Amino acid sequence: MKKIEETLKKLFSNQYRQRTVSYLIVVLAYVIIETAIRTGNISNTIKSLLIPTCSYIVAALALNLLVGYLGDLCLGQAGFMAVGAFFGVVAAAFFAKYISSNVLVLILAIVVGGVLSGACGALIGIPVLKLQGDYLAIVTLAFCQIIKTLLLNLYVGIDSRGLHFSFITDNTNMDPDGVLVIKGAIGANVTKKLSSFTAGVLLILFALFVIYNLINSRHGRAIQACRDNRIAASSVGIPVNKYKLLAFVVSAILTGMAGTLYGLGFSSLKASKFDFNLSILILVYVVLGGLGNMTGTIVSTTLLLVIPEALRAFNDYRMIIYSIVLIAVMLISNNATIMFYLKRCKEYCRKLFPKRRTE
Amino acid sequence: MKFLSYLISGIRLGSIYAIIALGYTMVYGIAKMLNFAHGDVIMIGAYVAFFALYRAGLPLIVSLLADVAVCTVLGITIEKLAYKPLRSATSLAVLITAIGVSYFLQNAALLLWGSTSKIFPTILDYGFIELFNGELKISYLILITILTCVVIMVCLTLFVNKTKLGKAMRACSEDKDAARLMGINVNSVISLTFAIGSGLAAVASLLLCATYPTVTPTLGSMPGIKAFTAAVLGGIGSIPGAFLGGLLLGIIEVIAKVYISSELTDAIVFSVLILVLLFKPAGLLGKKTNEKV
Repeated sequence: MKKIEETLKKLFSNQYRQRTVSYLIVVLAYVIIETAIRTGNISNTIKSLLIPTCSYIVAALALNLLVGYLGDLCLGQAGFMAVGAFFGVVAAAFFAKYISSNVLVLILAIVVGGVLSGACGALIGIPVLKLQGDYLAIVTLAFCQIIKTLLLNLYVGIDSRGLHFSFITDNTNMDPDGVLVIKGAIGANVTKKLSSFTAGVLLILFALFVIYNLINSRHGRAIQACRDNRIAASSVGIPVNKYKLLAFVVSAILTGMAGTLYGLGFSSLKASKFDFNLSILILVYVVLGGLGNMTGTIVSTTLLLVIPEALRAFNDYRMIIYSIVLIAVMLISNNATIMFYLKRCKEYCRKLFPKRRTE
Repeated sequence: MKFLSYLISGIRLGSIYAIIALGYTMVYGIAKMLNFAHGDVIMIGAYVAFFALYRAGLPLIVSLLADVAVCTVLGITIEKLAYKPLRSATSLAVLITAIGVSYFLQNAALLLWGSTSKIFPTILDYGFIELFNGELKISYLILITILTCVVIMVCLTLFVNKTKLGKAMRACSEDKDAARLMGINVNSVISLTFAIGSGLAAVASLLLCATYPTVTPTLGSMPGIKAFTAAVLGGIGSIPGAFLGGLLLGIIEVIAKVYISSELTDAIVFSVLILVLLFKPAGLLGKKTNEKV
């Protein structure tokens, strides 16, 4: 009994509270939604939103690592997601030939998607991370456009001899039993929708695990030092570029995994979906959730995906309402007067309900 | 001779990019923000031009003036309502607000005018001039586009370098607090910058529609991104840089489309940007700033 109490105390101590809350929220949400699905209390629209929501959450968490902890603005999330989605789909189609277990195929596909996306991250990161601020943002945006354009012209087929790649025109020269998995501008054909809500939640938990362990490690502290003051960090001997690259690649890997999850959740996939607007959307989730706040990211992503759906009743007006909400939230949360009153309110509440100290 | 005609059409496209890029670069220079709504101001400008020219049947010059007026007012309104309250906020907050404004304008246009594209009948069809015994045909429209860009560029440079307001602008871009101490009204200078940028967007919208005659609510996003790229390529914050970047981008785009691959144009254009930034991290004409500790 005492041991349990001690563990609980540790879990909710200042050091661990944030991650405990994050994990708890995800698990709770999973239990509630899963029960709702089992009892049939959930509409089909919400059901179809579950997998995209999970993958957006993972992508947003990965971006939060960059923006919140590394302090660099990256507008290329959609590019990494696209790499993960398309190559994940190819990998799934390839492995499905040899492995019958769906779960294993999904895991392998996610790993392949993540690794390839991470490789892209390293490829773009090595030269680019020397740039700073808005220049870095525009280069990642350019990278996202390049990826999109290349994927729009990629043809991949699978036959008994293995994988066939071709570019711009379809000359994969397959055996008669071959199937085209990616058909250029038409997009990818997903033969089997392998992603499931459970897999999505597990991926979120995995992302949280990786990110929390990274930022609370020696490396994570170095990354935050680079954010707070690059010059001071390098003058105490932190290799700034190395740590920037580390954060960049980890973020790219997680985003690629999110992409694979997303790609395998639909029966068809178009490269034009992964455009600049998607990167922006994910950035919006991160900023509204709070920089460096993983729980906030999860909550804001979920809310911002649900709100437009809830506004379906106003169909024509929903996106306009959404944009007004977005502007209003930014104006209010950055308004000194309103923040001042909110703070006073908080202090007043604290006086009314004195908090019990756990330590 | 073919190459020359491609080059000229590249310069034409580049001129349009340059005019849009000037709007980005000036706002960035003064307010240090990426104004993502700039592309959508162009879209609104295109709709205004369409209605002025074909629904109201106004003559071209009047339509242009009306267009510039509407866009300028729109630019100032956006600045006052959305950006001014965030003057002291983080740059990320301002960026997200700009994105919100961009969504708002796009969806407002979608709501007001529908998603079906409106087709511009040919405007400014003044014919061709023929050079080299008719081997090279250049339409007057192309000449007008290029000329407009050069005139705007020269006027802006003169304005920024020679007038008192221009001096105030340069002071604001260097150090806002010091500028305020010198008695410069920083807020009105920022508004002025937005007004000029949006006015230029109106001109660009008309030239853009003369080149690609379809108007849709998402018309502004791609030219917006390209022009933004052009501004960064030339060195963001620098007026000659935006001009140079725009021209280069337009020429590269057209040449790549014709000689390499029409499918890969975008990839080539953006690769050039990445390559340039690798060797010149502040853009072609950008100033390299040394950080002081």
